[in-house]
Amino acid sequence: MIHARTLHPGTASGETVRLTAPLSFWGGTDEHGRIVDAHHPQCGAILAGRVLVMESGRGSSSASSVLAEQIRTHTAPAAIILARPDTIIALGALVAHELYGLATPVVVVDHPTYDELPSDRRLRVEATALDASISW
Amino acid sequence: MDNLRLTAEEERLLGGQDGDGVALAMRVIVSLARLGGAPRLVEITSAHVDSCLYHGQVSLDFAHTLAGLGAKVRVPTTLNVGSMDLLHPGLVRTTTDAEREIAVRGRELMAAYVDLGCTPTWTCAPYQLPGRPGVGEHVAWAESNAVVFANSVLGARTDRYGDFVDICAAITGRAPYSGLQTTEARRGTVVVDCRRLGERFLRSELAYPLLGHHVGSLAGGQIPVLVGIPGDVSEDNLKAFGAAAASAGGVALFHAVGVTPEAPTGSLDHLPRYDVDLETLRATRRRLSTSASGELDAVSVGTPHASYAECERLAGLLRDGPPVRLAFYLSTGRATRARAEETGVLRTLESAGVTVVVDTCTYVTSILSPAWTNVMTNSGKWAHYAPGNLNVDVVLGSLEECVASAREGRVVLHELGA
Repeated sequence: MIHARTLHPGTASGETVRLTAPLSFWGGTDEHGRIVDAHHPQCGAILAGRVLVMESGRGSSSASSVLAEQIRTHTAPAAIILARPDTIIALGALVAHELYGLATPVVVVDHPTYDELPSDRRLRVEATALDASISW
Repeated sequence: MDNLRLTAEEERLLGGQDGDGVALAMRVIVSLARLGGAPRLVEITSAHVDSCLYHGQVSLDFAHTLAGLGAKVRVPTTLNVGSMDLLHPGLVRTTTDAEREIAVRGRELMAAYVDLGCTPTWTCAPYQLPGRPGVGEHVAWAESNAVVFANSVLGARTDRYGDFVDICAAITGRAPYSGLQTTEARRGTVVVDCRRLGERFLRSELAYPLLGHHVGSLAGGQIPVLVGIPGDVSEDNLKAFGAAAASAGGVALFHAVGVTPEAPTGSLDHLPRYDVDLETLRATRRRLSTSASGELDAVSVGTPHASYAECERLAGLLRDGPPVRLAFYLSTGRATRARAEETGVLRTLESAGVTVVVDTCTYVTSILSPAWTNVMTNSGKWAHYAPGNLNVDVVLGSLEECVASAREGRVVLHELGA
């Protein structure tokens, strides 16, 4: 188990999808929760229902809207684990929670602990306002 | 861990004293403040809202929820572009289901933001309107080119706010006191010496989108200090620079020594330094121009929205000489269009074959024909986004080159700096 910091609370588990480059949800993913950014090393990967592990988001602030819309339509990642805080992603989760009551956990795990997260197992993320943990 | 201190008034807003809509907006602002480690909030004098561009049902649900809970903006609030040209709705294509959804719901979203008390300016260049903020004024602006212009050219203070946050700042009249709201975060971090480009080139329009794209790619996330920019550089050129730097590298503030209000006046020796020469910018133009065939289907200028001076300049280039043979789009704000209509500039543009688009922009909604594959622009920002958004190849040129190309029906470029 690893301790994490909460950017947005919630509990979820799923298969891991680990990205080797930052992703912008706006322009980088489609309405099915698939990576469509042709320049992204994991282009084609499905994020929907999985635990997304990536260092940080990238680019346009419209990514908040795109993530919130994917949470609404159940095509978003089940949980998001970052190595650096990302307010654009956290706000997307917050707005979807406020509007639809759907809590998608977003947490931060600093380096070097971030590198210890396994990529080949189901991860479970439990995040409250005060504390968060990741287990497998 | 949580350093945030709220005033008694802010606690009351959060507690619902001014209604549940204000309380919701306050929860968003307070969450952002906590995420950014802000010690307090700051009162803002104006807001510029970008959330009026349709990104799906959630866009509408958020605006309708705020309105349904009785929220209204409490500071003067301008609106960025929407998904529709409300004055010329026929310009936006409605061929596919997705396009029809955007046309109908995009228009509904624009109306929802007006109902929240925002002013229907529909422009990405709010700094071209009267009443813009002054040096040191705290504001909450969204849209990357407006943010970088407000911070750099006006000396106002805004962090990079985006969807949802912009309208919540307008409703609460507050923003987190963090990021570029604070004095410490506004100092230059890297010097870009432009003097090798020469004074003559630095007086040309094309220098600025190219320099902006180059500096953005080089200094993403940093605060560049430009050296060598002529003291009388136009706001239109600074607009083009900032827009390209913001889209290429998320630049939200730059300084230009002897030009912008917060530029350093002392020694810059302690900062890392880059030199820019013509060869670098020739390479930048080649990189931004994805089309090499010389064939051309259309021209699009006015990203960010053309100022009145830019409309006048285009009219001057088109007034005499052969007609344009290609579709030619100019995006601008409805206020600028109204002024151009009064002075006759609009008539000159339209009779020369220019389609004037307002309230939106040619790269955020379906205006160009999907059959077009090669489009020319004078905008570094348009050149950056259009290949991904519209699936077209682009050529970047000056306004003169755009006009010459539209008349020839194929790409006409001159050697940079020749």
